[in-house]
Amino acid sequence: MTATTAPLTRTPAREARRPPARLRAWATRAPLLPALVFLIAVTQLPFVATLVISFFDWNALYPKARRFTGLDNYRQVLTDADLRHSVWTTVLLTAAVVLASLVLGLVLALLLDRRFRGRGIVRTLLIAPFLVVPVAAALLWKHVLYNPEYGLLNGLSHYVGGPQPDWISRTPLLAVEVSLVWQWTPFMMLILLAGLQSRDQQQIEAARVDGAGDWQIFVHLTLPHLRRYLELGALLGSVYIVQNFDAVFTITSGGLGTANLPYTVYQSFYQAHENGLASAAGVLVVIGSLVIATFALRVVSSLFREEVSRA
Amino acid sequence: MKAVRRRVPGLLAWFAGIVFFLPIAWMALTSFHSEADAATNPPSFTAALTLDGYREFFGGDGGASPWPALANSAVASVASTLLVLLLALPAAYALSIRPVRKWTDVLFFFLSTKMLPAVAGLLPVYLFAKNAGLLDNIWLLVVLYTSMNLPIAVWMMQSFLAEVPVAVIEAARVDGARLPVVLTRVVAPIALPGIAATALICFIFSWNELLFARVLTGVVAETAPVFLTGFITSQGLFLAKVCAASLVISLPVLAAGFAAQDKLVQGLSLGAVK
Repeated sequence: MTATTAPLTRTPAREARRPPARLRAWATRAPLLPALVFLIAVTQLPFVATLVISFFDWNALYPKARRFTGLDNYRQVLTDADLRHSVWTTVLLTAAVVLASLVLGLVLALLLDRRFRGRGIVRTLLIAPFLVVPVAAALLWKHVLYNPEYGLLNGLSHYVGGPQPDWISRTPLLAVEVSLVWQWTPFMMLILLAGLQSRDQQQIEAARVDGAGDWQIFVHLTLPHLRRYLELGALLGSVYIVQNFDAVFTITSGGLGTANLPYTVYQSFYQAHENGLASAAGVLVVIGSLVIATFALRVVSSLFREEVSRA
Repeated sequence: MKAVRRRVPGLLAWFAGIVFFLPIAWMALTSFHSEADAATNPPSFTAALTLDGYREFFGGDGGASPWPALANSAVASVASTLLVLLLALPAAYALSIRPVRKWTDVLFFFLSTKMLPAVAGLLPVYLFAKNAGLLDNIWLLVVLYTSMNLPIAVWMMQSFLAEVPVAVIEAARVDGARLPVVLTRVVAPIALPGIAATALICFIFSWNELLFARVLTGVVAETAPVFLTGFITSQGLFLAKVCAASLVISLPVLAAGFAAQDKLVQGLSLGAVK
């Protein structure tokens, strides 16, 4: 990650009339500054504030009673059964949705990678779920599909004489997960399809000539090539799904043991007015995401460097 | 036999496409049904079509009109997207065409801010807004959505600007073209499709956002997703109305998404996949 990777150093046209080096360096940096300053002010400062608040016992309804408590909020968050449960829920929700949509996305990408009649239309049909506003998608699943009396799922099940379960109260977390998998599979499919299409066709031809079957080609050539695309999909998906609020908020309102960390932060601040606790929970979300993010950044950076060196 | 086997993957793909699209198709059909026909078991596939759901959504029966919320969403999404472009374009320029030293480090700093969960900054932003009298103000959302999309935009734009061949820019400079001319006549035509796709993706993310809008707005600055969550309060049947509402609110995103379809992957993978 050094400046030597920069491929775009150019030869100055009129060196003699150039202003001194330091001025020139600042002139190069200047276009960058507004974006940097804006970003630091709007995203980094609030986080520092969150960190500070997380060390205070501070209920918004009793602002006078605010006092420094050190790590007490963290102790409370980590020992509170509900909060610990929401940490677990977040992990479960994220892992289940990412894995399921990754596998489904891979199958769909493999199908779409072949030529067949109407491929463009099928691609469009498959992308559509990702382009429904998340709240609308959550409402659609909750009221139109899952509803035990007149939802489409039970309606279809009726035709074959199947059971008529109340999906959300019977398997609440699964209900949230299925709706998210429906929305995120297209995302994974798009990334993996791009990966499939960047395969070395000559190598595959050569393997075929040497007598390799479809399955061998898939295991020994396609999967290794896709590895980093799978990683990228998994990590970016995790970054987004760890933060999911819309589906949990809409489908179960965090009830029935489906409250994840973002919902818990929202709730402890919105309903319980516990600023200190909400902040401590927020900091924990950040630490969790940083672990994922470190890996994500590494994957993005390796793909990125490959692009730069190829250019 | 072989011909049949060759057609199996295509048929499977069609089947998957239809299964994934079914909820949306059903939502569209239900939105044109009367409330009574929308709530039947077994489902009424062939019930008479009506625009009642849409009429009710648009405030037909004395309900709240969605227009202020839609207008707020439009302002928040369009204004933040413009602001993002204004900030990201020069930054991307300084990271690709005339790169600063250690430009990859700067690029990764931008990305790392995107990895911080937004919910962690919610409380300070709320407290700040409350003290500054900015609660229920759409411009606060504009600023927040700008910061939310800026890293993505810088990454995407960087990758699009880097595609402009250096030789072409050099040639124009040698011919005596000044910087503004180079930017508008040489760089812009090549990078424009990418810039448009970036704008569409930023628009989608701003339009979809719920958490901040829900916490920071009230009656005046309420956005469309917030309107949608407050929609189901009354008793009685509301399926057709919800379907109509969901569809109307999703239309801009569907349109923007399909318009940006070719560059969607590059944007969503932050330029890592082309």
